[in-house]
Amino acid sequence: MGKVLNIQPITRIEGHARITVQLDDAGNVQDAYMSLMSLRGFEKFIEGRPAEEVPRIVNRICGICPWMHHTASNKAVDGCFGVTPTPTGQKLRELLQVMAHINDKILHFFFLAAPDFVLGPDADYSVRNVIGVVKAAPELATEVVKMRQLGQMMIDRFAGKAIHPVAAVAGGFSKPLPEEERQAMLRDTRTLLDFSLYALDFAKNNVFNRYLDVIGKLGVITTGFLGTVDRNDGSLRFFDGKQRLMKADGSYIDFEGADYLDYIGEHVEPWGYGKMPYAKVWNEGFSLDLEAPKGIYRVNTLSRINVCDQISTPKAQEALEEFRAAFGRPAQATLLYHYARLIELIYACERTIELLNWEGITDTNVRAKVEPKAGRGVGVVEAPRGTLIHDYTTDEQGCIKAANLIVGTTHNIGPMNMSVKQAASSMIKDGHYDEGIMNKVEMAVRAYDP
Amino acid sequence: MGVKTSLEWLSSCSGCEISLLNIGEALVPILTEHLEIVHAPVIMDHKYYGQCGDQGLHLQLPEATVGIITGGVANEEHLEVLEEMRKKCAILIALGSCATQGGIPALMNGQDAMASFDAVYQTPSTDPGAVRPNQIVPQLLDRTYALDEKVKIDLQLPGCPPNPAHIAEVIISLLENRAPNLPTKSVCDTCPTRREGKGAVDQVKRFIENAEFDPAQPISEMRCLLEQGFVCMGPVTAAGCAKRGAPSCIDARVPCRGCYGPVRPKGNQMLDMMNALASNGIDTKSVVDRRSMLRFSGAHGNLRPKKKVAVKEEA
Repeated sequence: MGKVLNIQPITRIEGHARITVQLDDAGNVQDAYMSLMSLRGFEKFIEGRPAEEVPRIVNRICGICPWMHHTASNKAVDGCFGVTPTPTGQKLRELLQVMAHINDKILHFFFLAAPDFVLGPDADYSVRNVIGVVKAAPELATEVVKMRQLGQMMIDRFAGKAIHPVAAVAGGFSKPLPEEERQAMLRDTRTLLDFSLYALDFAKNNVFNRYLDVIGKLGVITTGFLGTVDRNDGSLRFFDGKQRLMKADGSYIDFEGADYLDYIGEHVEPWGYGKMPYAKVWNEGFSLDLEAPKGIYRVNTLSRINVCDQISTPKAQEALEEFRAAFGRPAQATLLYHYARLIELIYACERTIELLNWEGITDTNVRAKVEPKAGRGVGVVEAPRGTLIHDYTTDEQGCIKAANLIVGTTHNIGPMNMSVKQAASSMIKDGHYDEGIMNKVEMAVRAYDP
Repeated sequence: MGVKTSLEWLSSCSGCEISLLNIGEALVPILTEHLEIVHAPVIMDHKYYGQCGDQGLHLQLPEATVGIITGGVANEEHLEVLEEMRKKCAILIALGSCATQGGIPALMNGQDAMASFDAVYQTPSTDPGAVRPNQIVPQLLDRTYALDEKVKIDLQLPGCPPNPAHIAEVIISLLENRAPNLPTKSVCDTCPTRREGKGAVDQVKRFIENAEFDPAQPISEMRCLLEQGFVCMGPVTAAGCAKRGAPSCIDARVPCRGCYGPVRPKGNQMLDMMNALASNGIDTKSVVDRRSMLRFSGAHGNLRPKKKVAVKEEA
């Protein structure tokens, strides 16, 4: 047996993972894995907790996307207690959840991914990072820092906490939105919309056009896709809708999130703590074989952009049309996740403005009456990193009896493994590898923003 | 060149790192001029086993003046990283409540952790017959530890997440070679809500209805949430979260759950809170799930599995 290369930790991602590349005697790739290294057990330690407390516990699953867990969890608790939130309470949840997408996308593209493109994938590791970007492009970097802060602070000001929020509650929201706060948010979001249009332009000129060759090859695999679309017209949705599961040939089935157990299974391999969800409903089993994968679908930006029929806001729709004209539907190239991320950034800004202009958004009836009781609830939202499912069952006291979670990134663990194997096998040949090649293998993971 | 600084995250969620970013524009000169980051997995590509992953099996970190660690210690890899950080850093800072008190992941300390970790692989969506992975992945420790249970820590900055202003203060005070100016009081001491003294409350209620307040009025016009009958952990929780004049959760009109950990470093938030309730004439039996009062501070042996009740076997 040949050498083992152990890329650890995978860097500029939001968690703990490693890549293991097993070489054969000739120095070619025999196998490659991406393993998730951490296990915390949220599903088990929320057992026994009063369900209404859980939305402010599970947000700690992810400090980058806490609003996603917070809102999905609240939906699940509503289901357990059989409560329908007030219309304003529900819209305030959506407002904050969609706003939180804005910062997330700015963070990922500019702070985590951009160094590979601005400084180049082969640049030395000591400069190939956000600090290097600041030094190479100080004006752009300062603007990015300002914009992310603007987005983060408009959430923080109103909801008390942007990180690990508490303001969404069973039955709705903890406080109404004052008119002056609404005005301030509108002003800030318009600035962010301008920035997001600039960001897509910048990326088209400086990244996507420059790296078309890399995009066409690096980590490219062929899979299905899962995302959330509007129940009526199939438009892109982040907060609420039906699930759409598309095959690689573009055919799809739609289902309600509450029925996820009939559609999705989770496969476990011994070499990583992350489970690997697959499309059980396709009845073909599970396989990561690069030539003939079985049950494998992807989530997150590219997937949502692929499954939606259109986007309901004008600027994002324009960007989607240009994207589809260039790359088709469904687009498979892994690095296009970045492109799709910037289209979604525009949508998130436009949708935030729509919500702020909704007539009832400052209404003071923000929370419905809630009574703890036995029941089951499934809450689904689109997190930046993919379809997020919280499924709770409560006892007579309204405390958690059982919980099952499928977290956004989890759906992509199988596909990330495939992309790593594809990237490593195509670049590491006859024992030759270097820092640039190893970083490109990581870039295949980074595109998924795990 | 700036002060050599190394960052690591263990059993954590990256919320502390986002809070660091929330320092905002002031962070740009800190990162580019005042500090020289030599290792930081979240933003920088320095690797444990060489940049190509072919440099042996012993994890290597660079020397640094300052080391900042978020997250608690829950597996063998966390422990190895922590010990290497201690070896290579002159000053080691525990950032965030997971690092200082175990944080939310230490809720697992309240149950049979291994049985629970096994059960994660037996949920209804998981393929039947699946077992907990055991190859390549680091072995889990018996429980989640705060950093100071394993190595000497020079400075503790709790919070879930910690206040960006305090993270900046810690960094700047180090650069200026002085002690940081950090809060020492309780959340209640920093809370502007109106207190009217002991009321008629003798039972606490769950937060299943919103607090009573006039949204047009400032927080100083809202009555204390404890006096409104909600469990609010303010009296037994370290201050620090207030960013705009009121504790963060109170700002959202929601009671405190204790995310900064105890006021005194070795305090027990559950025991302290139950005492506080009892001395105010509140029936402590009205508290549902009192152990979750330790949800942010379950390390240091505070949360332990419930003793199993012996069941007599039927003959």
